[in-house]
Amino acid sequence: MEGFNDYYAILGVAEDASDEEIKRAYRRLARKYHPDVSDEEDAEARFKEVGEAYEVLKDPEKRAHYDQVKAYGGSPPPGAGGDWQFSGGGFTDADAAQFSEFFHDLFGGGFEGGARRSYRSYQSRGEDLRAHLALTLEEAYRGGEHVVHLRVPQFEGDRFVQRDKKLKVKVPAGVTDGRELRLRGQGAPGLGGGAAGDLYLTIRLAPHPAYVVEGKDVHLTVPVAPWEVVLGGKIEVPTLGGRVKVSVPRGERNLRLKGRGLPGDPPGDQYLHFDVTLPSQVGDAELAHWQALAAASREDVRAGWRV
Amino acid sequence: MNEQWLTDEVEITLREMCEACAMPAEFIEALVRHGVLEPRVGRPRTGHAAQWRFAPPALARARKAARLNRDLGINLAGVALALDLLDELEQTRAELMRISRLQRR
Repeated sequence: MEGFNDYYAILGVAEDASDEEIKRAYRRLARKYHPDVSDEEDAEARFKEVGEAYEVLKDPEKRAHYDQVKAYGGSPPPGAGGDWQFSGGGFTDADAAQFSEFFHDLFGGGFEGGARRSYRSYQSRGEDLRAHLALTLEEAYRGGEHVVHLRVPQFEGDRFVQRDKKLKVKVPAGVTDGRELRLRGQGAPGLGGGAAGDLYLTIRLAPHPAYVVEGKDVHLTVPVAPWEVVLGGKIEVPTLGGRVKVSVPRGERNLRLKGRGLPGDPPGDQYLHFDVTLPSQVGDAELAHWQALAAASREDVRAGWRV
Repeated sequence: MNEQWLTDEVEITLREMCEACAMPAEFIEALVRHGVLEPRVGRPRTGHAAQWRFAPPALARARKAARLNRDLGINLAGVALALDLLDELEQTRAELMRISRLQRR
């Protein structure tokens, strides 16, 4: 048996904790680490761990068996090891296929999602699986082939084991954040001759240091000198497809570059947001110009200012 | 390999919804009744469920609803509230990020 899981430590309870204490600890941690609500980095792994710990400790039969194994230093007690099978019957919401090898070593293959399977009408179909494919904005712009590494439960002999799997997927150029790819039959295998589940792969765009992405549109803040905004002028800016020369329109603070966003039909646009930036150094020559400007300006910029 | 990008035009059937969240049709019908999901095609009334077609984002939403219901023991009214709040949180975060990026110098 490799790797001993300390279920009490995972739930943060004493070994003589009451059922009530265990339930309370589980509920608190389940809310904290639920992948749909949690910000914690390893939320999903922690949530599974907590669920597995609770699965064992909430059930007197399983808890007793676990305590016995724990007392023997993590090895199955003599005579109770290999052929010990959890007889089931207890209600569980848990997804046994997700549990650790330690769990399956402990409770054998006779254990499966319990009640959950029984209220599916097509009970032998394999579980659908989800995975993310993280792309940079540049990768999403280009599209192309990507390799996804997954852990997929396989039914081997009488138990689920997690197996590594590599999938090659072709990403269309201009794919947006949250887009899903459905791979039929690539989920968990079915039981009793049932069909395999599907795999849903969700695209996640990594935040870009400069561009802000909204659907297929991209936004970019561009520093410009005050006179470039007032007088207009030509500047060079980066786009996903390469650098382009654009004319800053006189007095405008935003500019749309049509079709320069993520590719598609129609493609997205790139928006430039001009950020008026003062030069960091003002020499004598510039100072003279600013003084002339101060003298010439007749507008009170605080005229519309109300506090 | 049978792979399909779930673009906006793809229609999701009730059965696919059930399979995606490993829940019976009654669960999806209840989500529709609670306003968590809205079929794109077909009237959102029980009894018409076989004709329902959903837009692809409904899959992820139904899965999330099923997980919250199953994992945290939240009833459907609570799930509906949690999903609305999570949506709001996500929008607020996106807006905050957009503002801080555009203003960052």
